[in-house]
Amino acid sequence: MALLEVNNLCRSFGGLRAVNNVSFRVNTGTIKAVIGPNGAGKTTLFNLIAGALKPDGGSILFNGRSIYGLPPFRVAAAGISRTFQNIKLFGNMTVAENIMVGRHTRSGSGFAASMLSLPRTRREEREIAERAAELARLFGIEDVLDAGAASLDFGRQRAVEFARALASEPQLLLLDEPAAGLNIYETNELAKRIVRIRDMGITILLIEHDMSLVMDISDEIAVLSYGEKIAEGPPCNVRNNPQVIAVYLGGDVAQD
Amino acid sequence: MKRFVAIGALAAAVIALHLLFAAAGAEYLLVQLTMAAYYALVVIGLCLLMGYAGQISLGHAAFFALGGYTAAVLSTNSFTQLMGAPALERLVHWGLVTAGTDAYGAAAHQVPVWLSLPLAVAAAAAVALVIGIPVLKLKGHYLAMATLGFGTILYRIFLGTRLFGEADGISSVRPCALLPGLTIGGDTALRTQNYYFAWALVLLAMVLSLNIVSSRAGRALRSIHGSEEAAAAMGVNTARYKLYVFILSAVFAAVGGFFMTHFNGGIGPAEAGIMKSVRYVAIVAVGGMANLWGSLLIGVLLNFLSLRGIFGSYDDAVFGALLVFIMALAPDGILRREFLHRIMRVRIRWPFSK
Ligand SMILES: Nc1ncnc2c1ncn2[C@@H]1O[C@H](COP(=O)(O)OP(=O)(O)OP(=O)(O)O)[C@@H](O)[C@H]1O
Ligand SMILES: [Mg+2]
Repeated sequence: MALLEVNNLCRSFGGLRAVNNVSFRVNTGTIKAVIGPNGAGKTTLFNLIAGALKPDGGSILFNGRSIYGLPPFRVAAAGISRTFQNIKLFGNMTVAENIMVGRHTRSGSGFAASMLSLPRTRREEREIAERAAELARLFGIEDVLDAGAASLDFGRQRAVEFARALASEPQLLLLDEPAAGLNIYETNELAKRIVRIRDMGITILLIEHDMSLVMDISDEIAVLSYGEKIAEGPPCNVRNNPQVIAVYLGGDVAQD
Repeated sequence: MKRFVAIGALAAAVIALHLLFAAAGAEYLLVQLTMAAYYALVVIGLCLLMGYAGQISLGHAAFFALGGYTAAVLSTNSFTQLMGAPALERLVHWGLVTAGTDAYGAAAHQVPVWLSLPLAVAAAAAVALVIGIPVLKLKGHYLAMATLGFGTILYRIFLGTRLFGEADGISSVRPCALLPGLTIGGDTALRTQNYYFAWALVLLAMVLSLNIVSSRAGRALRSIHGSEEAAAAMGVNTARYKLYVFILSAVFAAVGGFFMTHFNGGIGPAEAGIMKSVRYVAIVAVGGMANLWGSLLIGVLLNFLSLRGIFGSYDDAVFGALLVFIMALAPDGILRREFLHRIMRVRIRWPFSK
């Protein structure tokens, strides 16, 4: 069954058609990759799904319900979480607090309840902290829980962002180039982690330039070029698709 | 737990200062400490808004003045001129207005505090709501400019309206009897109870604010400061949280202005002025932005000194200079370890360095 169904999605910037009539589906419990040369419209596609950008046309169904044009916080509440291509951590907060913000949609104490520190607020607070610590262990960052998020190295910042995105226990996780800036060892760890998260039942939509990573872990791949989908299918098919090869021979990604 | 210790320490310090001034025969200093406490309410709210949520307001004095003018209009005869005698009689009949006499024995009317205080709070909240919805969509310099504009508008309204006493402001505001044995007013006999009442309000505001910042709502506010885009992606309704904290800070300021006006027996347009707004911003910056205790401490200290007239006619210049100093040398405030270290190192190295 399709968890996410995108039909004829469009978005232009001025005259530039960044996403042009793109349709695809993501099936529940799978890892789907979106690849394509720089500027192909991959991040724009993510922003449209996540609500960070308003689409010009098309439709987006999540669990059969339209999330087209919803503001990002509503998309998050519907069960979609994401990471960013250029890491966006809360630099003014600790690692633990960053992950705890990820629990926002899974907790309910509002402004007034927080202000009065009601018993149920305090109970919820403990649960949030425990869950954040658990996630930090999963990502091997439990030793820096109290460190400022901005003080960490790149690899760990990506780990924090990943943990924060997972904290909401999303049904669908959007990862925008999670391996960018990671070394080979970290990339291998990441691959295992993504597969483990898929096995936990979380569906993953992944943008990635690292072809060996994509080919290894993806169940399906969609290829974008100049805003249009030019190919889609399992890794073995996409790898041998002449159109894809043509696009990548001109691109700088082929060497990766 | 740490929170309760700190709050307890503040309560102890309030009592200790009273005893100290009483022993030194300097109880008149409680007057300035009372006023500093009311200003501190503005500072606490602005600290939440600016320090934690990262939304600057260069118009916050207007909310203080709004609370103050509401108190003044509703407890002098100025509002009775607005309506005819029959309407007034009906209000008296319903208990919404109490009839009495003023200091000279003339007939006078006053709205009771159980109604005037909620009205002041509602006025501030309503203005914050109406201003906040469009303005909080703006960021950085644009938000600063827009709030500056808003503050200027209210200032000019207070300055130019008959009801608000124009340039003279409103004086002979009557004391307000809050509870049996607790009257907010400037009488020497009321000095001690007013001091404790003002500081009880500060303690309450601190408890509420500390609760917020160490909870889900506080994390949401700080995440907006860190990255609005990421906050929204994590499910934070950023527009609503910004509006809530803007309204809360406006209400804190209005409550401060309300009681300050009864305590002082009047209010003038300068309370709404841009220099006052800049002063509050400077205090929060010096206090360390996202630092409620720092802002409170610095706010009380500087306002107390200012009210004692220490800065003379350079009062506003001192706060302006502080703002420049803090932005250039210690953008995280002066109560930070790094800044104190830096000062120490400068002193030690000075004679040896070229
Ligand atoms: N906010 C924006 N305003 C204007 N143009 C934009 C905006 N965002 C993206 N674009 C343009 O849209 C096109 C697609 O950009 P996008 O970031 O989606 O590409 P991408 O596939 O993610 O590339 P990369 O691999 O470099 O991350 C690019 O030409 C880009 O310059
Ligand atoms: Mg991109």
